[in-house]
Amino acid sequence: MDFSYTKQEKVIKETARKLLTKKCPSDLVRKMEQDPKGYSPELWHDIAELGWLGFILPEEYEGFGGSFFELIVLLEEMGRYLVPVPFVPTVILGALPILYGRSEKQKQEFLPRIARGDLILTMALTELEPSYDAAGVQLSATREGGQFILEGTKCFVPYAHVADYLVCAARTDKSGKQEDGVTLFLVKGDHPHISYTVLETLDCEKQCEAVFDGVEVSEEDIIGEYGKGWEIIRKVLEQAEVAQCALMVGGAEKVLEMTVEHATVREQFGRPIGSFQAVQHRCANMKVDLEGARLATYEAAWKISKGLPPTLEASVAKAWLNLAYNRICDNGHQVHGGDGIMKEQDIQLYSRRAKGSGFFLGDTVFHREIIAQQLGL
Amino acid sequence: MDFELTEEQKRFKKEVCAFLDKEVTKELLAESESPKGYGPFSWEFMRKLGAKRWLAPTFPVEYGGLGLSQAYRYIVQHELDYRNIILYLRGFGLIGVDMAGPVILRHGSDALKAEILPKIAAGEIELALGYTEPQAGSDLSRLAIRAVEDGDDFVITGQKLFNTGCHFCQYHWLATRTDPDAPANKGISLFVVDMKYPGITVSPIWEIADKITNAVFYDEVRVPKKYLVGEKNKGWYYVTEALDNERMLVLGRIEETFGELVRYVKRTSRNSVPISKDPLVRQKIADLAIEINIARNLIHRVVWWQDNGIRPPAGHTAILKLFVSELYQKVAREGLEIMGFYGQLRKHSKRSVAEGKMESLFRGAYVMTIGGGTSEIMRTLIATKGLGLPR
Repeated sequence: MDFSYTKQEKVIKETARKLLTKKCPSDLVRKMEQDPKGYSPELWHDIAELGWLGFILPEEYEGFGGSFFELIVLLEEMGRYLVPVPFVPTVILGALPILYGRSEKQKQEFLPRIARGDLILTMALTELEPSYDAAGVQLSATREGGQFILEGTKCFVPYAHVADYLVCAARTDKSGKQEDGVTLFLVKGDHPHISYTVLETLDCEKQCEAVFDGVEVSEEDIIGEYGKGWEIIRKVLEQAEVAQCALMVGGAEKVLEMTVEHATVREQFGRPIGSFQAVQHRCANMKVDLEGARLATYEAAWKISKGLPPTLEASVAKAWLNLAYNRICDNGHQVHGGDGIMKEQDIQLYSRRAKGSGFFLGDTVFHREIIAQQLGL
Repeated sequence: MDFELTEEQKRFKKEVCAFLDKEVTKELLAESESPKGYGPFSWEFMRKLGAKRWLAPTFPVEYGGLGLSQAYRYIVQHELDYRNIILYLRGFGLIGVDMAGPVILRHGSDALKAEILPKIAAGEIELALGYTEPQAGSDLSRLAIRAVEDGDDFVITGQKLFNTGCHFCQYHWLATRTDPDAPANKGISLFVVDMKYPGITVSPIWEIADKITNAVFYDEVRVPKKYLVGEKNKGWYYVTEALDNERMLVLGRIEETFGELVRYVKRTSRNSVPISKDPLVRQKIADLAIEINIARNLIHRVVWWQDNGIRPPAGHTAILKLFVSELYQKVAREGLEIMGFYGQLRKHSKRSVAEGKMESLFRGAYVMTIGGGTSEIMRTLIATKGLGLPR
């Protein structure tokens, strides 16, 4: 066992915190909530310069060749600051399918540009009956001559409205098992036959409906193999889940810190409210939730870094985080008292995202079911 | 980071398992499940563990240990617990090896070390924890039992309560008041007391788990001064030093009982449908699996800290104790609900299932969030020591 950070991981953590303290104040997060694009191109450029966007990509594609675990350490810091950029959609959901696919041409063409910060990608997976099961993929891809025609509606697609490319999951075969008929296509974001509507969400994170109305793509745009998209999706989703957990851990840690700070400073009955056990015990519960969350995330990340199957651990982490991050925010709000209900306070930025991120990449019910299957039920 | 045991630790675990698979007999289990919890088979088993030097692997070699880190002790404890033979807070070296032993090692006289430690490590003796009193539970430093110096002895008079193990242990790990005028935590001294001394009366108290714990009465019991541990009036510091170890709960029994539950839902039907197909049952079981995973990581990290000679940062053993003890209750509560009617049947009842383990866990789980520090005390510690909130 080893529960320490490597020197490199510590450097990543410190560097990230330094940069983000300067570049990502909560004012920027607020501004981006109202911004039509929803992300800061300047910040995107900055983190590209630092090599974060190519962090886990191999060096041959201008990546940094960092480990997945190191990325998790970085994401935890990004989560603290609610960094408003499409990081997980581009770096995990967009880039990794291409990396795991077979087309060297796609890798050469896209990965270096992703690493440089020239492209935003996202995965168009969920639909009007959103689910992270293969059965949820119903957007159809029909072969016509040498082409495929995509027809259908994707929904809750993060940052689709600003994506240069969509990694789109489509159904190419309706006859066999659900998992066997899914194919991934790389589709240009500004294709004239795709129309986007940005949905108005609880946490103001940009999610879109994308209507595909006769979108032609070619054989060359397939990622991986025809009919074998689901294997790639599952592998990528597991990593995305853990990445999302790391963002949530960072946010949860910040909420606990803000809450402890408030409980120490705020006085009632002539003493700091943090001296009352009723308040202390809420804070203690937050700490327990946070420690459990962090270790669960690290365990899953460690498995991925070692190349071991992370299915169980990723689901444990996401299921726990979904609940724990919400509990942490709920307790945090209660301790903040009247202050916490004001929009000008930062805690509400976190509590809205805690709820929103519970849906993204699998809610607790979904992940518990995966765990049940892993237990042989 | 690395979430696995080292290769050497894995080898050790394998050896321990092979040994236990052979040595944990039906007779030993029956004794362990009996109200007294101990008997001749238990002592024989203790001595065998001691002969392997696995009872106190953390002790230095000269005192019968292996000079190994806490990880090895943890491995043994986990496997014992997995086989249902450390029942709750009692038994198999918890007090001797994990609480009294380290204090004696650090603060005891050479004579006391030489007399007591090898016997603990060999499995020849066990100590009973002598902290709690009728008026000193969570507020332990208010303990009142008096020890008064008289010639070469201390004379001890007073009462202890919930001192588990006094009915089979040879020694009492006793906290007493030696200076009634000093502030509460500055007038406490620790003793190793031979339970055979005249004037000690042990009176059984039955727990809801059908186990025996004890009220213990001291009536002018003379204890030679050489059995004072470390310095007089420094007892509170020694007690708090070792409290970290009392909070080191293991997950063996929870994991084993959870395994029974999973097997039960796979083989049991309701309305002709296996209950494992019921979405609500699947959700509940997964929820328990999640918390077991969380608990395991919390434990492993503390073990790793200890393994590397790092004292766990403030509040972290309290987090462990709080989480694992509440998990005991959750597994029992949810487990019973999932099992339904049959879950309530005791082991020897007609039609009992899974050896009545779930109902037995349920009755045994209440004490988990009390003994070794209540959940409320743990939360206060996490908040004040861990998060630095004002007192």
